[in-house]
Amino acid sequence: MSKSITLLLQGDEAVVEGGMAAGADFFAGYPITPASEIAEGFAEQLPEKGGKFIQMEDEIAGMGCIVGASLAGAKAITATSGPGFSLKQENLGFAIMVEAPCVVVNVQRVGPSTGLPTSPSQGDIMQAKWGTHGDHPIIALSPSSVSETFDLTVTAFNLAEKYRIPVILLLDEIVGHMREKITIPPADELEIVNRKKPKPEDNDNFYPYEETEDLIPPMPDYGTGFKYHSTGLFHDKTGFPRGKTEDARKLMDRLMGKINNNLDDIIHLEEDLNGDEDVVVLAYGSTVRSAISAVNQVREDGVKAGWVKLKTIWPFADDYVRELAEKVDRIIVPELNMGQLIGEVKRVAAGKAEVTGINRYDGTLITPADVVAEIKGAL
Amino acid sequence: MDVNIDKYLRQDKLPHIWCPGCGHGTVLGSFVRAFDQSGLDQDKTVVISGIGCSGRASGYLNFDTLHVTHGRALTFATGVKMANPELNVIVMTGDGDGAAIGGNHLIHSSRRNIDITVVLFNNNIYGMTGGQFSPMTPTGDTATTSPYGNIDQNFDLCELAKSSGATFVGRGASYQPRKMIKLMKEGLLHKGFAFVETLTQCPVNYGKRNKIGGARDMLKWQDENLVPAKKYEKMDPAEREGLISTGILHQVVKEEYTDKYKNVINTVMAGESNE
Ligand SMILES: Cc1ncc(C[n+]2csc(CCOP(=O)(O)OP(=O)(O)O)c2C)c(N)n1
Ligand code: SF4
Repeated sequence: MSKSITLLLQGDEAVVEGGMAAGADFFAGYPITPASEIAEGFAEQLPEKGGKFIQMEDEIAGMGCIVGASLAGAKAITATSGPGFSLKQENLGFAIMVEAPCVVVNVQRVGPSTGLPTSPSQGDIMQAKWGTHGDHPIIALSPSSVSETFDLTVTAFNLAEKYRIPVILLLDEIVGHMREKITIPPADELEIVNRKKPKPEDNDNFYPYEETEDLIPPMPDYGTGFKYHSTGLFHDKTGFPRGKTEDARKLMDRLMGKINNNLDDIIHLEEDLNGDEDVVVLAYGSTVRSAISAVNQVREDGVKAGWVKLKTIWPFADDYVRELAEKVDRIIVPELNMGQLIGEVKRVAAGKAEVTGINRYDGTLITPADVVAEIKGAL
Repeated sequence: MDVNIDKYLRQDKLPHIWCPGCGHGTVLGSFVRAFDQSGLDQDKTVVISGIGCSGRASGYLNFDTLHVTHGRALTFATGVKMANPELNVIVMTGDGDGAAIGGNHLIHSSRRNIDITVVLFNNNIYGMTGGQFSPMTPTGDTATTSPYGNIDQNFDLCELAKSSGATFVGRGASYQPRKMIKLMKEGLLHKGFAFVETLTQCPVNYGKRNKIGGARDMLKWQDENLVPAKKYEKMDPAEREGLISTGILHQVVKEEYTDKYKNVINTVMAGESNE
């Protein structure tokens, strides 16, 4: 029986521990601050378990490489930051189209362009959703602590394998570089999901992109005799290009459906609400920490306040936030950007609650005092 | 003595989309014959192509096939080969796909000497997008984006691959399918990065515009300008002007990339157990 171990780790290092625990056996990427520690950690740990690490010539190559590895049967991951995340977008879209499970970590830094390399940001929320061209489903998770980074890295791999989709893990520089105590549970206590594979005897009647009941077709490893075709072009169940309207619509509906039918499984959040709140702070990533601290402070002064922590950013928790907006007067959304997720909150709240933001986009964090001031100003 | 090549082709995907007179079909036909002669296991082979007329080749081949983004086939191929070095990995790419947008990946894959065989269809032009110039369009030629004559200098892709570290480099041409089959077979059996450039005619977007003529004239041009590598080596530089060497141009034995990484794994794992 394995035992749990307690370590003092950075968020970036927790990605490596979480990946190894989830069964990652492949990393490809290109170094960039503040994500380089993730590549360094995998370079050291993967060969210890027989896994592979490769430093590619750029981020485009890193993304292509993990998709190839995934199709060959690997649990593959890459890690980058803003500028590198921009480069990965075309191949990220390709991964969505061929339904290759993989994990893409983006330790966000301030942008645009080279921006502020060592300063925290939550500026890639919309890029995670819309960075590649066209409509498409995506899953993006965001941890607020080192320990949660471990957990959500495991979750990212599990969701990727289960739904055959790239999962984006959005850290911000604070979470990536902060050191905290973390307890890693014994391996046998972790739930690990592996992709569905067809049986060899299914070969005769095998359609690699079949519309199965759960909309997620089983996925064979390369070299196991299935000899199937995958393409970034719209395709039918055989995997071959089909430009016909009906087939295009069917594929898009299936790709969206496999995520939208499972929102309860995919959307993770935490709340501290008493049910009588006047004001709720809804946050994600490192900003959650200031939100919690602020809510605890104002509660001592008798303010009816609560907090919600979103761990899943995409798909957005529409239903949850809609109900929340019906119950409370005001929702505050602190973000290290000019206001990206707040747009979603406003869309869903649809005027039922007042929605205001606290925004910093200068490389400094939002403090508990900033949140307290906003809560008090709101009353 | 035609061999049974049918099993390597997806019969239901034929006829192909290539224009009448296009050389791409000859390259594909040569490849399946070379593959048959190589004796490699069809079930353990992955063919990856990029975007372009050349990129469509993977769809006609009965292997695990992957048709990826423009220029990036080598990056996906590297992932496949690294993840499972037991697989034979083949990349089919065009001169635009492989040398322009994908040029960086070509030099770095060569440098790693990873065991991938590249078949580059060089038709001197961007065929699929309608005849814009490529890094292989000779200086002075016209293309839709060089209406006054191309001022860019073109590559010698074989020299590029060789100087970047590829351990097998060769050039074939659609005018010489038998030689091309032999060359591709050697490339497939070579352990390490094998780069095979194939000269293929695009009468529609290159030949006519540059007054070389139709497919027949373009093949005639090849006949007049191709020289076997051995002969080429013995010629004076002045005599070589305008001629193109064919056959195996470079082959050396050097440790292959996934083998090197296997050593890393073995060393690290042995170190662990000695603790
Ligand atoms: C990122 C990106 N840029 C541009 C294109 C458009 N495009 C498609 S094929 C092609 C050129 C193909 O030329 P080549 O590789 O020489 O192949 P050929 O068609 O001549 O066989 C281009 C520029 C694309 N699909 N993706
Ligand atoms: S455009 Fe040129 S390269 Fe493309 S199929 Fe036609 S002849 Fe061949």
